[in-house]
Amino acid sequence: MKKRSLIQKSIYAVITIFAVLVFNYLLFRVLPGDPLSMMMRNPKATPEMIEGMRQLFGLDQPWYVQLYLYFKNLLAGDLGMSFYFKQPVSSVIGARIMPTIIMVGLAEVVAIFAGIIIGLIAAWKRGTRIDVATLGFSLVTYSMPTFWLGMVIVVVFSVNLHLFPTSGILTPGMTYQTTGAMVADYIRHLILPTLTMSIVLIGEYALTMRNTLTDVLSEDYITTAKAKGFDNKYILRKHALPNAMLPMVTLIAINLGLVVGGTVQVETVFSWPGLGSLMYEALRARDYPLLQGVFLLVTVSVVVANFIADITYSYIDPRVKE
Amino acid sequence: MSNENGSKDNIVRIEGLKVYYDLKESFSSSLISQKKRRVKAVDDLSLSIGAGEILSLVGESGSGKTTTGKAILQLTKVTEGEIFFREERIDPKNKVFMKAFRQKAQMIFQDPYQALNPRDFVLDIIAEPLDVNQLASSAKEREDRVILALEQAGLSPGRDYLYRYPHELSGGQRQRIVIAGAMIMNPDFIVADEPISMLDASIRTGILRLMMQIREDRELAYLFITHDLSLAWLISDRIAILYLGSLLELGKADDIMKRGLHPYTKALTKIMPMPGVNRGRERITLPGEIPSATEEIVGCKFRGRCEKAIAICAEQRPALAEVSAGHFVACHLCK
Repeated sequence: MKKRSLIQKSIYAVITIFAVLVFNYLLFRVLPGDPLSMMMRNPKATPEMIEGMRQLFGLDQPWYVQLYLYFKNLLAGDLGMSFYFKQPVSSVIGARIMPTIIMVGLAEVVAIFAGIIIGLIAAWKRGTRIDVATLGFSLVTYSMPTFWLGMVIVVVFSVNLHLFPTSGILTPGMTYQTTGAMVADYIRHLILPTLTMSIVLIGEYALTMRNTLTDVLSEDYITTAKAKGFDNKYILRKHALPNAMLPMVTLIAINLGLVVGGTVQVETVFSWPGLGSLMYEALRARDYPLLQGVFLLVTVSVVVANFIADITYSYIDPRVKE
Repeated sequence: MSNENGSKDNIVRIEGLKVYYDLKESFSSSLISQKKRRVKAVDDLSLSIGAGEILSLVGESGSGKTTTGKAILQLTKVTEGEIFFREERIDPKNKVFMKAFRQKAQMIFQDPYQALNPRDFVLDIIAEPLDVNQLASSAKEREDRVILALEQAGLSPGRDYLYRYPHELSGGQRQRIVIAGAMIMNPDFIVADEPISMLDASIRTGILRLMMQIREDRELAYLFITHDLSLAWLISDRIAILYLGSLLELGKADDIMKRGLHPYTKALTKIMPMPGVNRGRERITLPGEIPSATEEIVGCKFRGRCEKAIAICAEQRPALAEVSAGHFVACHLCK
């Protein structure tokens, strides 16, 4: 990739992030509800106390002054103070980031592998019952409401089969003899949310893989390869898959960007203490700085993932090198 | 039917080839109609191609030209009928035979933009059959053979093209790469599916010359698939006229063009532009369109568009019959 287009792409990425941040900032403030009324639920709170709080958090300033201060602090690396947790936003987010990366990251890996294999089989056996069955499975899981699937999985695996805990990340009040025991407990809690998340993601990967591979398989260079007597496995590995993987790279990159954002639905259903459930809590409390912080993280990771996909693409597809 | 082509040896012989495709129907329509609809892409076709011969298969879109070519090369499933290569029956299950056959029979496609893997270097595209069949003993030999193939295909110096991607080349250059890739195995038979129809007019002659040149150098036979009758006349020894998957007329190029007997052939040749000759000549315009290949037609397939059709045409399908030496016609009125 040429240096110029690299710089150009970086500038676009920065502009995108800036635009999204301004948009988010305004969006949260148009939301109905007021952070102060959430903080001051105490009936004994006097109007003076509320006014004091308002000044403390800078909410008495006009919106454009607040916006200016937000960007000024942001450039200094300060994400602000969470209204609800009364802690710096960065430390609140820092405490929640790992559970999300572990859970969604694992689910992504499972879904990518399973999706690619399912899509591959469907495309190769196109028109057969296997194709119809995998297509049906993909469409059903793809369009299933995530929270509903999560609840069904809880009912089946936790309530009826008693195999896994219903929610949380570790058993409350448990003292562990060894680190191994703690890890085992963590994994037991991890399985159901990861399973839910994987099932939700598989459909998209499988469908994309099937469609691009079907397209590639109908290209003349595949027929040419057959005419030259190469066997099917070789053609699939050498010609079909590398070309079919191109759109998959984009899809994977974008979804990996979303890993950080976690998934509000799965994390809420399973009370998984990640960024998704944090986002939900922040939204309920109208905790503007925290919401902005989480959205900043999601925005940056999506833009960066796209940026990486762009660059990767130019290396794996000779046609877009220029 | 042997040696109808006038040469000593047949390279390819087809007997009663049928290629039918089942039409995919939606679930609801399959409930209503009991009968499965089928496309008869190739319907009872027999012909032979001599060693070193150029046979043009001419027909409208949907007449089954490409399917015939693909069926010969076992790139589509043959419903019925037998195909012989050097008088040996092609059996897709016979691995040993197929391996040799795949090296000796190649296909050239219409669209050179689609026929090359966009991710591979020209070197790897052309050398692939050598790699898979382990025919090059060293990297040097592999490269030398590719350079030779490139230069034979008119791309010289061949070395300059080795590390280029298909997208960096023009349509004509790509088609030369396709040809080089087909020629590296020294084939005896090539199915050329409209090899120049996607190219700019200015480079068509070059590609045609190249194909004819290669044929001169070695005894190579072509099944040349085209919808362009004048092109077929220019290059081929014999012409076969295909209509809805069946042969209507088959014979030497001159016989078909000048002494064509079938009403369909006549209609095709009469509308052909010929400088100076055409003026004042009667033109036959065929009524209607080519029927769908899913329709079951009793009798002659062409009768719906034939002005001369008589009673028997609707009852009995005319067989391909020899009217003069090497000239076959399938028409009740041309005997």
